[in-house]
Amino acid sequence: MAVVTIADLGFTAGGAQILDRVGLEIAEGEFLALLGPSGCGKSTLLRLIAGFERASTGEIRLDGRPVSAPGLHVPPEDRQIGMVFQSYALWPHMDVAGNVGYGLRVRRLPASERIARVAQALETVGLGGFQNRRVQSLSGGQRQRVALARCLAMRPRLLLLDEPLANLDAHLRETMVEEFRRLHRATGATILYVTHDQAEAMALADRIAVMDSGRILQLAPPDRLWREPACATVAQFLGRGQIVPVEVIAPGPPARVRLFGQELILRAPHGLSPGPARACLRRTDLHPATEGFPALLADSRRLGDRHILTLSPEDTPDVLLRAEAAYPPAANGVLRIRVADGWVLPGPTESLPAQPARRTPRA
Amino acid sequence: MTPGAARRLAGWRPALSAEALLLAALGVYVLGLCVLPLLRLLALVLDGGVTQGAGLLAQTWASPAARTATLNTLDAALWATALSTLLGGGMALLVSLTDVRGRVALVFLLILPLLIPPQVSALAWLSLIGPQSPLWALPGLDGLRPTRNPLLGREGVILVMGIEHAPMVFLALRAGLRALPGELIDAARAAGSRPSGTVVRVVLPLMLPAASAGAALAFVSAIGNFGVPALLGIPGRFPVLSTLIYQRLSGFGPTALPEVAALALILAGIAATGIALQAFALRRFAVPTDRTAGGHRGFTLGRARGPVTAAAWALMTLIALLPLAALGAQALVPSVGVRLTPATATLSNLIEVVTSLGTTRRAFVNSLTLATLAATLTLAAAIPLAWLMARGSRTARLLNLAADAPYVLPGIVLSIAFILTFLPPLPLLGISLYNTLWILLLAYLARFFALALRPVVAALAQLDPALEEAARNVGARGLRRLFTIVLPLVAPAAGAGAILVFLGAFSELTVSALLWSRGNETLGVVIFSLYDEGRTTMAAAVSVWVLAVVLALAGAISLLARRLPEGVLPWQS
Repeated sequence: MAVVTIADLGFTAGGAQILDRVGLEIAEGEFLALLGPSGCGKSTLLRLIAGFERASTGEIRLDGRPVSAPGLHVPPEDRQIGMVFQSYALWPHMDVAGNVGYGLRVRRLPASERIARVAQALETVGLGGFQNRRVQSLSGGQRQRVALARCLAMRPRLLLLDEPLANLDAHLRETMVEEFRRLHRATGATILYVTHDQAEAMALADRIAVMDSGRILQLAPPDRLWREPACATVAQFLGRGQIVPVEVIAPGPPARVRLFGQELILRAPHGLSPGPARACLRRTDLHPATEGFPALLADSRRLGDRHILTLSPEDTPDVLLRAEAAYPPAANGVLRIRVADGWVLPGPTESLPAQPARRTPRA
Repeated sequence: MTPGAARRLAGWRPALSAEALLLAALGVYVLGLCVLPLLRLLALVLDGGVTQGAGLLAQTWASPAARTATLNTLDAALWATALSTLLGGGMALLVSLTDVRGRVALVFLLILPLLIPPQVSALAWLSLIGPQSPLWALPGLDGLRPTRNPLLGREGVILVMGIEHAPMVFLALRAGLRALPGELIDAARAAGSRPSGTVVRVVLPLMLPAASAGAALAFVSAIGNFGVPALLGIPGRFPVLSTLIYQRLSGFGPTALPEVAALALILAGIAATGIALQAFALRRFAVPTDRTAGGHRGFTLGRARGPVTAAAWALMTLIALLPLAALGAQALVPSVGVRLTPATATLSNLIEVVTSLGTTRRAFVNSLTLATLAATLTLAAAIPLAWLMARGSRTARLLNLAADAPYVLPGIVLSIAFILTFLPPLPLLGISLYNTLWILLLAYLARFFALALRPVVAALAQLDPALEEAARNVGARGLRRLFTIVLPLVAPAAGAGAILVFLGAFSELTVSALLWSRGNETLGVVIFSLYDEGRTTMAAAVSVWVLAVVLALAGAISLLARRLPEGVLPWQS
């Protein structure tokens, strides 16, 4: 059964539509990431679920019971949802045990049980024996763990994490990603994780909801998001997919399409119709070869052990594409580019952002 | 889920939440003490309609005494403001833009008058310049000894008020200069401008809003000042509005109420104009200055550094330290007229005022009690009000605004309003608070609420809202969060606010002068009465005690400074 069910959720603030008809289900034990650029509404969605904001429209159910609906707003203190704040929000006037045990004290747990649960929560996050440490004496990563322990001690039905790694340095971030994976396996907690970092989301989540402008664009497991983006925005946001115009000849799937004057087979969704469409090509799938579409080499530069080529197809010269090569091309001129893999985007062409492929792709 | 949660899910809501009750209690405090008395004052003048009210104002205005007092008030306030601006502004430029030596100590000396109650300042200056001053015993100065104290009268009022309010201009300008990006000065220098030209053409125009806001504040303070004109102006036959109101009411009693209410309205009107000017200047001040850029390290004075440092120190010693020394000397003299020599010096005054002199001992107890109660009660109200405000309560925000009125309006206006409100017996109880200590307490609660409120509001504004949200998230309800999360976190700021209230109430004179009664004297009143009766040495002895307490508390609060949010301590910038 779903722990959280969100239907048709809308949130307006100061005349601006922050969230627009969001629907979402989180299954028991699932690790779901909300991924999107800053200002896309992902943190607002988290705050609505926690109860810190009041929804304008729609419904949120926890374990099937509505906590937010027209005329109903269960305050956050009654929702029993754990939340880890981006700033950690540890109370500086309490020691570690005071922070972790605060909620248990509020719930009037007997002291012995409280002490045991604080110890257990600290053990879980790897801070056993830190009870009497002052919060100010802890490092960023340790504070993060205390904030997590404070939630775990309450044994919440759902754990909300708001950009938990944003304030840590890169090295610590990797350690904490591992830590979150371990915690999720160990506790079996249901987790909703907000981040703007796709690598983090890809590494951690069972499913990822990609958000933009207050809407969920696609909700899918990481692999599927990568291989089968639902729209150009998702394709570009994840791994900077390059959007190119194609002509669908046979919908398939897989579809037979005409790309830069060449016919080839691309992966495609069901329900495609013949005619103009768009495809997502990743840099890692485009290589110089003896066959493929002809393109003019505009630039070549080294990135690690590979070379990044900037090309404009002869057929459509105003499109700039990036490809990868193991060796630098001998000289400027016309190359043939082989397409190893690609995905035809579903949906009508006109609903896509205007000419996204014309943007200079950033490496 | 807990039973409470289940009830809420079923649509159950408590009829009156704890927060609503809290807000209602705060509403009674602010409306009853800060708003109602001032409205009562307005109502007395406008009782018979606007025409009759205008008639009363015109009639009051027709009396030559009122006109003279009004003109004197404006005259003294404007000249004092000019002096404050010159002194405070000049020192702000000097310590912020140059490498003059001993800047920290100079700032402390300049801020010192802000901590000293006006009547004590006036007394100190009288002691310094008066015929008995040890100053004239210095070699070469004996011929200058005056026969009558030259500070009694217009010039003395202007001088002492000008010095007393200079810190306000200084602090406003210094804050502005701190926010001034150093690159603006560097750019002017790079363009070939000399330091003096840079100050005149770049710094001063940019500082105009800050300086005018500070000057407007000094003006409003000068308008409402009572201690200085009471000690220097009354004997010097230089009546201003605040002293005229005081003399009318203490001379004629409650029958003079309609007339003094009209006078108080005139005074409030002038003050309101000044406050509006300050608000306008501050809004102009809100020009975007890039605070990320570093400040300016200052101009080097070069060969002038020695002389300028010496001059600045001489000036600050003269205006901040010498009067206090003279006051101390005055307190050591056995009686008025005796010159201070090692043989005549005695501690008997200082001991007598706290042990055997009935009135002063009572005043110490009264002022300590009143100041402690005022500090505690304003604190108890300020924390929940600031908290409700931070949670977005519009009512709380309005109450916060209303709490400012009794603090920014002249104290004498507030005391007239309190007499009007609390002279009649209280409804239901049937007893009058007039002639009791309680009317003083209530007046202090109104007057100083803003002082307690501002630091807490500032502290809460700088608090990460997630700290409270995290407590909500683990199930803590409103009042519990207030006591276990918010209160400990704002405690340093709240404590500072409470000390500020204590400092203000401990030596308060302006409000107390009209509200005290026999047996309920306060220290401020006692200093004034002793002086009025000619017992200057006793007045000086009480003042020395007051100074000792005030400076000790100011020192204590400065030790807290590092744990306080910016802008809590008026003398820390």
